Amino acid sequence: MNRLATFSAVLLASLIAGVVLVPALAGTDPLAIGDVLATRLVPPGATDGLGRFHLLGTDRFGRDLFVRMMLAGRVSLAVGVAGSLLAGMVGTAVGAVAAWRGGVVDRIAMAVSDALLSIPRLILLLLCAALWHPGVGTVLAVLAATGWMGVARLVRGEVLGVRAQPYVSAAQALGASSRRVLWRHVVPNALGPAIVATTLGVGNAILLESGLSFLGLGIQPPKPSWGNMIAGGRDLIVTAPWVAIAPGLALIVTVLACTLLGDSLRDRLAGERPRDIAERA
Amino acid sequence: MRRLAAAFVLLWLVVTLTFLLVRLAPGDAAAILVPPTATPADAARLRAELALDAPVAVQYAKWMGGLLRGDLGESFAQRRPVTAVLSEALPISLGLGLASLTLTFVVGVTIGTIQAARRRSVLDPLLTVVTTSVYAAPSYWLALSLIAVFTYGATVWGFPQALRLPAFGLRDPAGTASGWAAVVDLVRHAILPVTVLAAVGAAGIARYTRSTVADLAGAEWVRTAHAKGLGARAVYGRHVLANALPPLVVLLALSLPGVVAGSVFVESVFAWPGMGRAIVLAISSRDYPVVMGATLLYAALVILANLAADLALPLLDPRREA
Repeated sequence: MNRLATFSAVLLASLIAGVVLVPALAGTDPLAIGDVLATRLVPPGATDGLGRFHLLGTDRFGRDLFVRMMLAGRVSLAVGVAGSLLAGMVGTAVGAVAAWRGGVVDRIAMAVSDALLSIPRLILLLLCAALWHPGVGTVLAVLAATGWMGVARLVRGEVLGVRAQPYVSAAQALGASSRRVLWRHVVPNALGPAIVATTLGVGNAILLESGLSFLGLGIQPPKPSWGNMIAGGRDLIVTAPWVAIAPGLALIVTVLACTLLGDSLRDRLAGERPRDIAERA
Repeated sequence: MRRLAAAFVLLWLVVTLTFLLVRLAPGDAAAILVPPTATPADAARLRAELALDAPVAVQYAKWMGGLLRGDLGESFAQRRPVTAVLSEALPISLGLGLASLTLTFVVGVTIGTIQAARRRSVLDPLLTVVTTSVYAAPSYWLALSLIAVFTYGATVWGFPQALRLPAFGLRDPAGTASGWAAVVDLVRHAILPVTVLAAVGAAGIARYTRSTVADLAGAEWVRTAHAKGLGARAVYGRHVLANALPPLVVLLALSLPGVVAGSVFVESVFAWPGMGRAIVLAISSRDYPVVMGATLLYAALVILANLAADLALPLLDPRREA
C-alpha cells in the first residue's frame, strides 16, 4: 500500500508541475483562435495544416488539446483542493461548536445536517449552483455548502470524546477561557478523521466540479475546465472522439491519485464506512 | 413508530430548507419564463398569475397546504400538475436505477470476493487498479466513451449489426415495434446506460467487499472451516459472505438514492426522459413547483432507504438490535 501511496504522490506532483509549466512554456496561447480551417480537429499525434505538431490533437477551433487540458487542470485542481478544504473548515467549525455548546445549538446543527444529507449531494449541488451566477466563486461556495455535513459529524463525535480527557479539565482548571480550550486543546486533537475525510473529498470535489461544468453550471468557457472540455467534445463524440476522451483521462488520473493517497492516509486511521461509497454518485 | 415520525420531521425539514433555498435565490422566475419579446407588464402579469408576488411565507403556507392534500402544484413551464410530470419521469429513473443496482451488486461482490480470495496473486492489484480507475471516472465521460466505441468505433472496426447499440433515447424513434420486438428494442437501448451506472457502482462495491471479505477471511472461525476440510466455495459462500452480507445490504440501501441521482448525467447523455433530466430542466427554467416536487421525491427516497437499512440490519444479523 505504501508503494501505491508513493506512486500517487509522485503522479500528483508531476501533474501539478505539468499544469503549472506546460501552458507557461507552450508557444501558443491556449485560448487564442487562429486559422480554424487549417488547424481544427487534428487527431492526436498528428501535424496540422500549418506544420505544428499536436500531441493530443486539436479541438473544433484548432486549439491544442494538450495545452488546454493542462490549463484546465489548474482550475480543476485548485477548485477541487480549495472546495474540499473549505467544506472541511466549515464542517470542523460546525461540528466543534455543536459538540462544545451542546443543547439547542447542537440539535439545530445536527437537524440541518441531517436534512441536507437527505438530499443526494448532486441534486443539492445543482439546486445551489443553478440559482446563482455560474463561476469559480459559486462552485467553491456550493462545494463548501454541500460538503460540510460529513466532516461536521466526524468532528462532533471526536470532540465529544476528547472533552472527557483529563487535559481538557486541566486546561479549564488553569483558567483558560472556554473558547481557548475548545480551539487550542480540543479541536487539534479531534482533527484526525476530518483530515482524512477532507483529503478523500478532494477527488470527489474535482469530480463534482467537472460534473457541474459538464452540465454548463460550473466553470464557464472560454475558461477551460476538464468538465466543460468534455462537454465541448460531446457532440463531436462520433466524428472526433479524442476531444472529449483526453480531458476525461486527465480527470481519472487525478482523481485516482487523490483517492489512493487518501486511502493510504485512512488505512492508518480508520475503516471505510458504507456512506463514503454510497455518496459518490 | 417513533422512527417513522422522525422520518417525517426530517422530510418536512428538507422541503422547508429547499423552499427557502430556491425562493431566496436571486433572479426572477417570471422574467425567465416569459418569451424574450415580452414586455415587463407581461412578466408582471405572469408573476401575479403564479402568485410569485406574494410574500415568501404566504407562498410557503400555500405550498405546504397543497402538499398535505397530496397536491404538488402546477408546473410553471408545462402548465400541468407536477404529479403528472414526476409520475412520467420516476419509473424511468427507478427502472434504470434498480436494473443497474442489481448488476452493480452481482458484479461488485463477485469481483471484491475474488480479489480478497486471491490476495497473493497478480489478479488482486490488477483488479484494484481497474476498480479504482472506474471509481474515479465521471459517469458522463464513461457514457461518452461507450458511445464513441459503439458509433465511431463500430464503423472503424466493423462491428456486426447486433453489436451496434443505439446510443440515444428510450426506444426506436420510428416506434413501429410491438410485443417482443418492443421489449428487445428497450433492452438494446438500456444496455449502455445501465452498464455505465453499474460500472461506477460496482467499482465502489468491489472496493468495499474486498476490504470486508479480506478482514473476515483472517478470522479464526474461517481458519477452522478450512481446517475441517471444507472447500473454498463452501468456506466463502457459507462462512465469509454470510457475515459480509449485513454491511453490504446497508450499502445497497444507501446506494439506491445515489444511483437514482447519478442518473442525472447518464440521462442527460443518453437523452432519457427520467427524473434527472426533469430536475435539470426544471432548475434551469426556474420551474419551482417541479424542483420542489423532485427534491421531495429524492429526499423521501434517501430517508426511506436509510429506514429500510436500519430495519433490515437486525433481521440479517441478530446480534445487532433494532
